Amino acid sequence: MSRRQIDRHESAIGHVSGRAVYTDEQHAPTGMLSVWPVQSPHAHARIVSIDADRARRMPGVHAVLTDTDIPGENDTGPIVHDEPLIPANRVQFHGQAVAWVVADDETTAKAAAAAVNVGYEALPACLDIADAIANANFHCPPAQVQRGDASTALSKATHCLDGELDIGGQDHFYLETQASWAQVDSEGLLQVTSSTQHPTETQAIVARVLGLPSNRVVCRSLRMGGGFGGKETQANPYAAIAALAAHVTRRPVRIKLARGIDMQMTGKRHPFFARYEVGFDQHGMLQAMKVALFADGGWSVDLSPPVLMRAMVHVDNSYYCPNVEITGLIAKTNLPSNTAFRGFGGPQGMLVGEEIIDRIARHLGLPPETVRERNFYREAESPPRNITPYGQTIRDNPIPELWAQLKTGSDFDARRIEVATFNASHAHTKRGIAITPVKFGISFNKVEYNQAGALVHIYTDGSVQLNHGGTEMGQGLHSKMLAVASRTLGISVDRIQIMVTSTDKVPNTSATAASSGSDLNGQAVKAACETLLSRLAEVAAGLLECRVGEVVFADDQVHASSSSKQSLAFADVVQAAYSARISLSATGYYRTPGLSWDAQTGKGQPFYYFACGAAVSEVEICGYTGVHRLLRVDILHDVGDSLVEAIDRGQIEGGFVQGMGWLTCEELRWSDSGKLLTDAPSTYKIPTNGEVPKDFRVDLFKCAQKPEAQVIFGSKAVGEPPLMLAMSVREALREAVSAFGDARQIALASPATPEAIFNAIGKVRAFGPSAVMTPERVGAP
Amino acid sequence: MTNPAFRLNGTTVDLTASDPTESLLRWLNRRASHGTKEGCADGDCGACTIALIESGAGGQRRFRAVNSCLLPVGSVSGRDIVTVEHLADADDLHPVQQAMVECSGSQCGYCTPGFVMSLFAGFSNGELDDHTTEGNLCRCTGYAPIRRATDQLRSCKSGSDRFSSMLTAPALDIAEVIGGRYFQPLTLAAAIDLKRRHSHAHWIAGATDLGVELSRGRRRDETFIALDRIDELKHIKIDSDGVTIGAGVALSAVESELGTTIPALGEMLRWFAARQVKNRATFGGNLGTASPIGDLLPILLALDGEIHLHGSRGARVVAAQDFFIDYRKTARSDDELIVAVRLPLSPHRSATYKVAKRQSDDISIVAAVFAMSLDEDRRVQHVRLAYGGVAAIPKRASATEGWLLGRTLDAPTIEQAARLLAGEFTPMSDHRASADYRRALVVNLFARFVAEHFA
Repeated sequence: MSRRQIDRHESAIGHVSGRAVYTDEQHAPTGMLSVWPVQSPHAHARIVSIDADRARRMPGVHAVLTDTDIPGENDTGPIVHDEPLIPANRVQFHGQAVAWVVADDETTAKAAAAAVNVGYEALPACLDIADAIANANFHCPPAQVQRGDASTALSKATHCLDGELDIGGQDHFYLETQASWAQVDSEGLLQVTSSTQHPTETQAIVARVLGLPSNRVVCRSLRMGGGFGGKETQANPYAAIAALAAHVTRRPVRIKLARGIDMQMTGKRHPFFARYEVGFDQHGMLQAMKVALFADGGWSVDLSPPVLMRAMVHVDNSYYCPNVEITGLIAKTNLPSNTAFRGFGGPQGMLVGEEIIDRIARHLGLPPETVRERNFYREAESPPRNITPYGQTIRDNPIPELWAQLKTGSDFDARRIEVATFNASHAHTKRGIAITPVKFGISFNKVEYNQAGALVHIYTDGSVQLNHGGTEMGQGLHSKMLAVASRTLGISVDRIQIMVTSTDKVPNTSATAASSGSDLNGQAVKAACETLLSRLAEVAAGLLECRVGEVVFADDQVHASSSSKQSLAFADVVQAAYSARISLSATGYYRTPGLSWDAQTGKGQPFYYFACGAAVSEVEICGYTGVHRLLRVDILHDVGDSLVEAIDRGQIEGGFVQGMGWLTCEELRWSDSGKLLTDAPSTYKIPTNGEVPKDFRVDLFKCAQKPEAQVIFGSKAVGEPPLMLAMSVREALREAVSAFGDARQIALASPATPEAIFNAIGKVRAFGPSAVMTPERVGAP
Repeated sequence: MTNPAFRLNGTTVDLTASDPTESLLRWLNRRASHGTKEGCADGDCGACTIALIESGAGGQRRFRAVNSCLLPVGSVSGRDIVTVEHLADADDLHPVQQAMVECSGSQCGYCTPGFVMSLFAGFSNGELDDHTTEGNLCRCTGYAPIRRATDQLRSCKSGSDRFSSMLTAPALDIAEVIGGRYFQPLTLAAAIDLKRRHSHAHWIAGATDLGVELSRGRRRDETFIALDRIDELKHIKIDSDGVTIGAGVALSAVESELGTTIPALGEMLRWFAARQVKNRATFGGNLGTASPIGDLLPILLALDGEIHLHGSRGARVVAAQDFFIDYRKTARSDDELIVAVRLPLSPHRSATYKVAKRQSDDISIVAAVFAMSLDEDRRVQHVRLAYGGVAAIPKRASATEGWLLGRTLDAPTIEQAARLLAGEFTPMSDHRASADYRRALVVNLFARFVAEHFA
C-alpha cells in the first residue's frame, strides 16, 4: 500500500495481522535463559538468611542472583539512590524480589524459586498515607507553591469551607507486562532490548548496576504494548535484572513479568490524600485556598517529587485564585514504589480543585458549572486573572471560548432541564449531568528534560531512515514523526523507514513522557530534515539553475519556485548530492525555549503552553445498588493543527476512558499485611467496551487565532490531558447523587464504585417508609 | 488408536509428545507463534483469543472465539484452530482486519490480535455487536474505534472464503487420550467407565475455571477426563413443562437458545462472563466447581431446578436446593457426573440481578434471582429469593420466604421482609465489597424486584 501521507498508526497492519513484534517476541537467540523472582511474603522485614543451595543444584538452573552478584552499584533509583535492585538485608514491600533464579525456561526458574529458602524477621510496616502522617514517615522535605497570603485571606473571606479527600491509585494495566532481554555482544557490550519509555535511563541504570560506562551498554526499545508512564522508570529494574543475569551467565537472558507479579511489584498512580480550606464570596469567587497534598510514594522515591509537584501546580486547573498556599509531602509506605502514570499527579491535583469548586457551588446553591465558569482564568480583565499561583502568565487561554462552544454543542442547558424532569418522576433512578474543563501544563517541570535529538539518513536511492529519541507505546509518536519528516522533506511517507529507538543512534534522550514526545522529537526531526534540505537545495539549485532560496521540495519532486516546468526526482537530487560528496546524514536537536523552574520556591515558567479541553458527561444511577451507567459524553479538545487526526482522536477517546476507569471501577485493595489483593484482571477491573457510552462525541476545537507558542506544525500535545476530561463523569455522578436528597455537600469517594456511590446516596437520602436500605440502616435492622 | 493431533490454520499438527495440560497459548508461544498474545493468562483480557471450530449437537460447525490461555492442549486434539497469523491472505487483509485498520482500532496493538479474532468469529457467525468483543480488554483506544469497526463490519457480507470451506471440511478424529492422562471420552458410558478405572482423575469441562489453575502452573500433573466431546451432554430439550439443558452445552448456546424462553436465565447469562468464556463454560462446569459466586446457581435455586447426575451406580436427580452443601462441596459424589440440569417453565414472575464493581464481565458482589406469584388479593402464593455471594454456598433466604408466604404484599409486609432479609445472611467483607454493602444489596435487590414487578 503506497502512502503519500500518514493518516493512521504506522504499525496498524502489523497490529491486526499479529506481525508486529514486541520485546519478548524477537526470535530467541540460542541459549536464551529466563528468570523468576523469589518474592517476599512480608511488607517490611529484615532478611536474615537466603539459602539457595537446593535451587542452584536443580537441573536447568544457571544462577540464583542475590545482591552479592552485583558488580556495580546496587541501585536503580532515578532521582534519589534509595532503590536497591536486589535488597541486601531488608525488604520494603510485599512481593519484593530478594533473589532471581536464572534457568533454561520460566517453568524451571519458577520451580527453583520456590526452593529458595529465605529467613525473615518481620518489622512493623507502614501501609497507608494516614499511617505515614501519624508517624511522620516521609520521603524528601515538604514542597510548597504559594502566592499572596492565604491565611489572612481565609480569615477575611465571606464564606469558608474545609474538607478532606482520599484519591485512589491506579494500575497501568498495559497489556504487555514489563519485558526485556539482554545479551553480551562480540565486543563485550551489554545489548539490552527493553519495553522502556526511557531507553537512555535504562542504559544508564544497567551501566550503573554493572559498573560499566554508558558507552558499554546499548538500549533499544521496540514498540511497547502500552506504557502510560508505567515504563518510564519502572522498566529499568527488570532490564537491569536481565543484564545482570546475562553478565553473570554469559548467556542471553529474557524477562517478562507474569501479570500477577507485574501488578504486585510495579508502582502505580499515586494515591493522594488532601486537606483543604477555601474562602470565597457570595458569588462563588475564589478568594483563598490552602491545600495540603500527601502522595503515597511507596517504599522508594522514584519519580514522586515531580509527580507531587505537578499535582501541586494543577490544583488550580482552569481557575484563578488570588491567595494560594499549597503544600506537599510524600508518604513513605511499605508498598510498591508509585510512579508516573498519564497525567503525572496532574489528575490528582485537579480532582482536589474540582472537589473544592463543587463544595462551593453546593454550599451556595449555585449550579457547579456556573461557579466553574465564573472562576476561569481570563486574560482581559483588570486586575488580571491570568497568572497562576506559581507565577506563570497564561497566554492563548482557549477555555472560555471552548467552554461556551461545548455547552452549546452538547445542548447542555436543555439537557440539564431534561435531567431534572427525569429525576422528578423517578424515585430510585436519578440522572446527573456535568461539564468540567481541563488545563494541563505542557513541558517537563524539570527544565533540562525539555530537549530532544534526531538522526536522519538519506540513502542514494532516495530512501530515508528516521531515528529520534522518542519511544512508541501505541500513542502514535512514530506516525507523527513520519508525518513531520515527510512534510519537511516533501517526500511521501513510504520512502521513510522509522527505526526502533536506540541509544546508539540518538544519545542522552529524555523519557517519552509528559505528553512531550511529538513536541520535542518533532522539532528535532524537523531540524535534522531541514539541515539535509539545505544541503540538497544547493545541489538542486545548481541542477535547476535557480537560486538556492527558490528550490522547492514537494511530492517527491524538486523544482524551482519560479518555474515548475523543470522538475527533478528527489532521488536524482540525492544521487547528485552523493556524487558531489555532500553528506546525506544529519542530526537534529531541539530545546524548548523560555522555560524556568525553581523547585525550592515553586515559582517559574515551567510550561511552554497549556493543552486544554472540556467534557460533558451524563450518567444515570440506581438508588437500590449504586450502580451507574454513563449515558452520553461530549468532548471538545484543543489539539491545535493535528499532525495525524485519527491518532489525536484516539488519544482523546482512550485517555478519557482510562480516566473514567481510574475514577469509577478501578480499585486497588490491599490486605492488612500489605499484600495486593487486586493483582489480576479478575479482581482489578479496567473499563470494557460495556462501560463506554453508546453516545460518545469527540470534536477537535478550532481556535480562531494562532497561539504564541511555536509547537511543531501548529499541533498541541495530547497524550495526557484528555485523561482528566473524565472528571466530568465523577461530577455527573455527584450531581445524580444530589438528586436523591437535598444536599449542601456530596461526599463521594474516589474511585466511585457502586458501593461508594451507594454510600454517597445514603448520606443525602432522606429516610422514608420505603424498604430501601441505606448504609446507616444496615447496622440496625 | 488415533494419534492426538489438531489442525492449526489448516495444517495438521501432531500432539503425541505434548503436555496435555499446557495451555494452547504457551504452546503457540513456545513455537515462536507470537501473534497470539499473553496479557494475563487468566482468561480475563482476551489478548490470547483464537477461533476454534465447534461442532454443535446437530453436527453444524462454526467458529467460536476462545481464550487460548484457558484451553489445555489436551482439549484441542481433533479440533481446528485459527490464529491471527492466518487471517490475512498474504498481504490481503481479512475484512475484520481491514475494518480495524480503517477505523484506527489499534494503538499499542498488543490486545489487537485478540479483538481481531473475536471479530472474526462474530463476522463468521453473523453476530456482530458490542458483546462480540466484551471479553477483550483494550487499555489504549477507549473502545470507540473498535465499536466503529464492528459497526462497519455489520454491513459487510461474509461470503464464502477459505474459512467457510474449513467449516465444511471433515473434522479430524478425536484421540482417546493425550499424554497418557488427558482422556477424551465420546460417550457418557465411556466417561463413567474411565472414572471407574482412574478414580483419581478429575472431570474437566470447558476448563474456564480449572484452566486458570493450569495456566498458573498448578495441578499440571493430574489426570483429567474431558467432557467437552460428549454429544450426549450437548442437547437442549424443551418440552411442555420445562427445559433440560445438557451439562456440556456451551453457555453461549444456552443464552441464544433459551435466553427468551427463560428470561431470568437470559439476563444472567448476558452479564455472566465474556463471550470467550461463555463459548467454553457449561452449566455442568459451573455447578461442578460450585463457587459461592457462580452466577448460574441462584438461577437453579430460584427456579426450582434439578440436577441430573450419572455415576457408576446409576442415575439420580437432586433438587438444586439439596445440591449445595458447604463451600465448594455438593451432593455430587466424586464418581458422579452432572449430565443435565432441568428448569421447569415457571409460571411465576422472575428476575435476575447482578451487582459487580464493573457491570460487564466481572465477578458478582451479589447476584440475586427471585421468583414470586401473588393471588388476586396480592397474597404471596409462591416465593423464591436466591442469592449468590452472601454465604459459603449460593443460598435461598428461606426464613424470609417462609414468612412472606401467604401474606399480602403491601408496604408493611415489604418493610418487614426487608428487615428479615437484612438478618438472614452474614456475608463477608473482601476486596470486592464490604459485608454491609452486600447485606444492603440483599434487601434492596428484593425491594427493586417488588418495585419493578409488583408495584
